[in-house]
Amino acid sequence: MSEVVTSADFQKKVLESDKPVLVDFFATWCGPCKRLGPTLDEVAKDVEGSAYVYKVDIDQSQDIAAKYRVSSVPTLILFKDGQPAKKTIGAQPKQALMQMFD
Amino acid sequence: MRAADSTVYDAAIVGAGPGGLTAAMYCARAGLRCVIVEMLSPGGQLAQTEHLENYPGFNQSTSGYELSEIMSDQATSFGAEVVYDQVVSVDFEACPKVLRLTEGLMLAKTVIVASGARPAKLGVPGEEEFAGAGVSYCATCDGNFFKGKDVCVVGGGDTAAADAIYLSRICDTVTVFVRRDVLRATAIYNTKLRELDNVRIVWNTIVESIEGDDGAVVGVSVRNVQTGETAKVPVSACFIAVGTVPNTEFLDGALELGQTGRIVTNSVGETSVPGVYAVGDVRMKSLYQVTTAVADGANAAEDAAEYLIQHE
Repeated sequence: MSEVVTSADFQKKVLESDKPVLVDFFATWCGPCKRLGPTLDEVAKDVEGSAYVYKVDIDQSQDIAAKYRVSSVPTLILFKDGQPAKKTIGAQPKQALMQMFD
Repeated sequence: MRAADSTVYDAAIVGAGPGGLTAAMYCARAGLRCVIVEMLSPGGQLAQTEHLENYPGFNQSTSGYELSEIMSDQATSFGAEVVYDQVVSVDFEACPKVLRLTEGLMLAKTVIVASGARPAKLGVPGEEEFAGAGVSYCATCDGNFFKGKDVCVVGGGDTAAADAIYLSRICDTVTVFVRRDVLRATAIYNTKLRELDNVRIVWNTIVESIEGDDGAVVGVSVRNVQTGETAKVPVSACFIAVGTVPNTEFLDGALELGQTGRIVTNSVGETSVPGVYAVGDVRMKSLYQVTTAVADGANAAEDAAEYLIQHE
């Protein structure tokens, strides 16, 4: 399973990353988030070496969720050079997630 | 790579919701070599249902997600295979029938289409713009973001009623906009809904646009369809539950569809093409429930097995 980052390491692992980072904002109680889990792991495997995939638990890290105005789960944001570059909402097939890196 | 894989399955099932998983279980138990193609993970719409109150044998303590995991494990325990990919197009004229996936081809003697449905959109200004910023199609997913806020639900069926009941526990007030002067929702929801102090039902009213400010929903513009009266209602979120749209795009005319865009079948689920079946929410029928999806799955699998015997 993709690593869950928190407020403590978000800065270093996501914002200061030298590679693009796809962040899945999820909640433990959200059905579509659970459905997305295995797909996200596949994506992580495919982009290994060229990008990172992390997860943010919106209940544990409310500050990050609020900062990026997440009000739907799952929300996926692709960060490039510390900035949100692309955003998508809802569980989606692998193909659609891979296109975010294009 | 799947293209090089010359396996011809007895049955290929498109979609791992309750209908597809049941079809797979029955196919596998009937000795058919069967495979399910699923684009996400098992469960379909069931997986995002908070609690299923009307599936016999399960009660409030079982979540839709848990039930779909049980169904999936049950199907695979009898030998059904699962491939995670998306069906892009089909050729049902070919023999065996062909499913084109994003990664290669899949060949099968019979096909069971169980691709389900997705929430319908309202098609009003602001809906796309504020999706995920106050516009939502999943109350159990997004309700928690609007704790103590005023929200609205659009729709008058079971999903809208269940959403309003769920949201009433989290939000300050819930306004339900119903297009007609009556709820289509089952009596038990109807009664529950009317008992809740913080739920207000507004009849004969449609939402014409969703307004936002600084990237978030601030209200909706509504119109009474009988009086023509319009109003602006301040809300922080708009939960849309106005029915579903069948997932049939990949079929591209290969099967006959009915007026509602769902697949026309006979009583056992066989479509306009012999050996191709439709089950669950993608099939044209009168009741769209998990109970009827699983019944469809069993009927179609049984007939597919019969079809194979006659065409061997």
